[in-house]
Amino acid sequence: MSWIDIASVEDIPLRGARKIRTALGCVAIFRTAEEEVFAASDTCPHKAGPLSDGIVHGQRITCPLHNWVFDLNTGQAIGEDAAIPTYPVRIEAGRVLIDASRLTARKVA
Amino acid sequence: MTRNLVIIGAGMASGRAIEHLLDTAPDNWNITLFNAEPRGNYNRLMLSPVLAGEKTYEQIVTHDDAFYTDNGINCRFGEKVIAVDRARKVVVGEKGEVPYDKLVFGTGSNPFMIPLPGHDLPGVIPYRDLEDTERMMSLGARPGAKAVVIGGGLLGLEAAAGMAAQGVDVTVVHIMGHLMERQLDEAAGYLLKKSLEAKGIKVLCRANSKEILADDQGHARALLLDDGTELPCDLLVMAVGIRPNVKLAQEAGLAVGKGIHVDAQMVTSDPDILALGECVEFDGAIFGLVAPLYDQAKVLARTLAGEEAAFVNREVSTKLKVTGCDLFSAGDFAEGEGREDIVFRDPARGVYKRLVIEGDRLIGAVMYGDTADGAWFYSLIKDGSSIEEMRDTLIFGPAAQGGASADPLSAVAALPPDAEICGCNGVCKGTIVEAIQGGAPDLGAVRAKTKASASCGTCTGLVEQLLQVTLGDDYAAPTAQPMCGCTDLTHEDVRRLIKTKPLKSQEAVWQELGWKTRNGCHSCRPAVNFYLLADWPLEYRDDPQSRFVNERKHANIQKDGTFSVVPRMWGGVTTAGELRAIADAAEKYNAKTVKVTGGQRIDLLGIRGEDLPAIWADLNEAGLVSGHAYSKGLRTVKTCVGSDHCRFGTQDSTGLGIKLEKALWGSWTPHKVKLAVSGCPRNCAEATCKDVGVICVDSGYQVGVAGAAGMDLKETERLADVPTEQEAIDLTIAFVQLYRENAKYLDRPYKWVAKVGLDWVKEKVVTDRESRAALIERFELSQSIYRKDPWAEHAAKPAAYQPLADLTLEAAE
Ligand code: SRM
Ligand SMILES: Cc1cc2nc3c(=O)[nH]c(=O)nc-3n(C[C@H](O)[C@H](O)[C@H](O)COP(=O)(O)OP(=O)(O)OC[C@H]3O[C@@H](n4cnc5c(N)ncnc54)[C@H](O)[C@@H]3O)c2cc1C
Ligand code: SF4
Ligand code: FES
Repeated sequence: MSWIDIASVEDIPLRGARKIRTALGCVAIFRTAEEEVFAASDTCPHKAGPLSDGIVHGQRITCPLHNWVFDLNTGQAIGEDAAIPTYPVRIEAGRVLIDASRLTARKVA
Repeated sequence: MTRNLVIIGAGMASGRAIEHLLDTAPDNWNITLFNAEPRGNYNRLMLSPVLAGEKTYEQIVTHDDAFYTDNGINCRFGEKVIAVDRARKVVVGEKGEVPYDKLVFGTGSNPFMIPLPGHDLPGVIPYRDLEDTERMMSLGARPGAKAVVIGGGLLGLEAAAGMAAQGVDVTVVHIMGHLMERQLDEAAGYLLKKSLEAKGIKVLCRANSKEILADDQGHARALLLDDGTELPCDLLVMAVGIRPNVKLAQEAGLAVGKGIHVDAQMVTSDPDILALGECVEFDGAIFGLVAPLYDQAKVLARTLAGEEAAFVNREVSTKLKVTGCDLFSAGDFAEGEGREDIVFRDPARGVYKRLVIEGDRLIGAVMYGDTADGAWFYSLIKDGSSIEEMRDTLIFGPAAQGGASADPLSAVAALPPDAEICGCNGVCKGTIVEAIQGGAPDLGAVRAKTKASASCGTCTGLVEQLLQVTLGDDYAAPTAQPMCGCTDLTHEDVRRLIKTKPLKSQEAVWQELGWKTRNGCHSCRPAVNFYLLADWPLEYRDDPQSRFVNERKHANIQKDGTFSVVPRMWGGVTTAGELRAIADAAEKYNAKTVKVTGGQRIDLLGIRGEDLPAIWADLNEAGLVSGHAYSKGLRTVKTCVGSDHCRFGTQDSTGLGIKLEKALWGSWTPHKVKLAVSGCPRNCAEATCKDVGVICVDSGYQVGVAGAAGMDLKETERLADVPTEQEAIDLTIAFVQLYRENAKYLDRPYKWVAKVGLDWVKEKVVTDRESRAALIERFELSQSIYRKDPWAEHAAKPAAYQPLADLTLEAAE
């Protein structure tokens, strides 16, 4: 694993999200409670809605375009046969760290 | 052969280690015990009950003088160790050296003091030892004494509650959104705050301390917050965290990270030196509660005895030692894949329980109000037992295990006749069953006969279950639609309860109305957010995270994730300067389409999210503000040219439209609200199909309401004809406020009026002048907060619209 410090946890609104740019496209960082964050693809598998613009509730996110709901632990869409990739992320001393090993790697030609 | 063992620090951890040592090998060691505090071991945890006056210091001493004498321990109390010379194997105390064969660090931790200006003034103390406790207790002797506690964690709250019990006027200042955020979730934090407030303690969350102010004598006199609030105090207690006390170890050249590095045998980087307690770091972890320290003490004693033992860091549980605040938390809420929540709330008793499950194991538990099952849950967490079999009844604790049915109906059927069902009116089960058997066929009849569920309504579900149990198939359950899967209450119930209970925060709604989820879902949360801000404009703060993206970002999201920007054009009137600014903005930010809308203004489509603050700043500069084309709020006021230009115009319809738009803009409503004013019955502004439409006539103004021209088509109904423009404005505002206060979220006015009846609306808005005036007054109060341009506010903090980080710029490998 290669943990990268991306921001202060305070930069992400409580029950909200921010996105980061990565080699795999945009990844959304969700903050569900004071000390709880998740990371997952920002792109909805339905019609590419930006998930970081959705509503965060419990440990779930609702897509802003057509209300698909995803479990942030697993990335699984509730009641749909679809899922979004999730990524390891954690909080240490008020900072958000993400495992960047997959997110910065250059694609092998 | 006895060897010399020197222990630095007579704390909770080393005290326990000494006991184990004496138990196993009493004669092996010649022990010297240093302690910087002028006393031996006492139970530090119990300082809080001492502070609260529930115990005396004597009662919390764990090892008295006799203990040390009987066991031949050389006590060097009140003497600090100032150095350790590892080469010569001696410890240097303030009063002289002591040689050691083995040395133990048990130096605990230091309270962290935020380096605010004034943090070193007299009158600013931490909460760690007996001296601090005595300082706080001495305040109680002074009538009218005030204290401020910075930090809403375990220690801060125990300090606050202890001082409050001594009669001190205490305010707790906490930087996070809820108390004890490490151990509690928001729901439990809300209940805790409520209990503390009931004890007279003031609690300020999200409060940022800026400076500690001094009086003429240079003593702390007040805490200044960054919003300018001054909190006067005679004593300021800082309880914001601890740092392992590693200075001495570091100077002695031991390996030190956050704490003194130890292995699982509690041995430091020097094989003759061991360490335990809050001063150590093991496997990246540091410690702040005693349970793991006691395990360390056991291991340390065995290591010294030459036996094998290894320390394993385990889950800890927390309780707050404040009488009347019954909370429990254990395990992990912050990390882990594939977890699930089980939530139970009993609003009447102020009980909240939440379990976090991962796979078939319980990994975390938070409880408030009823913590009797805490130990049981804690053991499930610790042991990692499978809970597969009892998942459905797990939250009801051990009593519910072993075949008891979880069916709510049989639970109600099993209640004894004297079980209280309606807490507000003190109605028990027997009375309700009698009423039903005596011929009350439905909820309304039971309410009329017994008053059960006629007050706060939270027992409605129980009463319905009783109807079902008593009448069986004869009872047809009502089909009222609950708001969503998070609650059984309808929108109407929730609105009513928010007003009557009263509930002024989301957490209050979740808890008091027994929500089944942690914080609602995308369907109920926006509704609850609106109800709260409509009913409590001053007390409740709008929560953007409970809004659909359009209202959070103040622009309409498009199918490709870009946004559309629609500036307000008051009454559909614009100027050459405004049009120029719009044209410039369209070019500068590459609007894909520029379109005249059906609402008499201009839409710039395809703007990138990142550019929103910049385009708003540009438009603001030309005097343009948000058109709220995205909001459940006032959209547009269409007008026609009216008497200014038109040969048929009877009144200044454009002017009235602009006045209405200026009065109503910025307000949030249950659904969007659109108005129009036409200058004569030819109705060029299409006023007869709007939420409120005014037709100007020679004799004055015809005000119509509840029209529709979207998914349904419906002509407005006449609210009243009035002779003056001012009255037309008053009626409109009063109508909109009545709609704001009563309608279900996402009901347009025409749907709402159909439910409540136009006669009732006329009564409140037209005939009853007092009611009209009160509605207008409440609207104005709300507008004192919401009548402002959100674009200007957001343009000032553009960072939130940018990506948080860009990992594509990070080098790979
Ligand atoms: C831009 C505009 C169309 C246009 O190019 O003219 C428009 C665009 C949208 N309308 Fe509309 N409506 C527009 C005038 C209307 C009108 C005509 C009017 O206002 O005179 C109506 C019929 C009157 C009415 O409000 O009922 C109208 C009835 C609707 C409805 C149906 C509402 C209903 O209660 O029946 C929706 C859906 C909804 O709100 O749930 C809707 C929803 C939408 C949304 C917000 C759809 C969405 O959720 O994304 C569209 C946003 C596009 C965007 O990104 O800007 N739009 N929409 C008009 C903007 C007016 C403005 O300046 O603010
Ligand atoms: C008010 C209060 C309430 C608490 N409540 C709880 C609770 O409910 N549950 C819980 O699990 N935990 C609680 N804690 C935390 C708990 O008390 C600590 O985790 C525990 O005391 C740590 O033990 P320790 O032996 O590592 O350090 P300590 O008990 O702090 O002992 C360290 C000792 O070393 C001495 N020392 C330091 N440096 C030197 C030196 N150079 N020379 C000589 N002596 C030195 C210090 O004076 C101190 O007496 C509470 C703490 C406080 C302050
Ligand atoms: S009519 Fe339909 S497609 Fe056209 S703007 Fe309105 S909502 Fe969009
Ligand atoms: S794009 Fe996410 S639900 Fe349609």
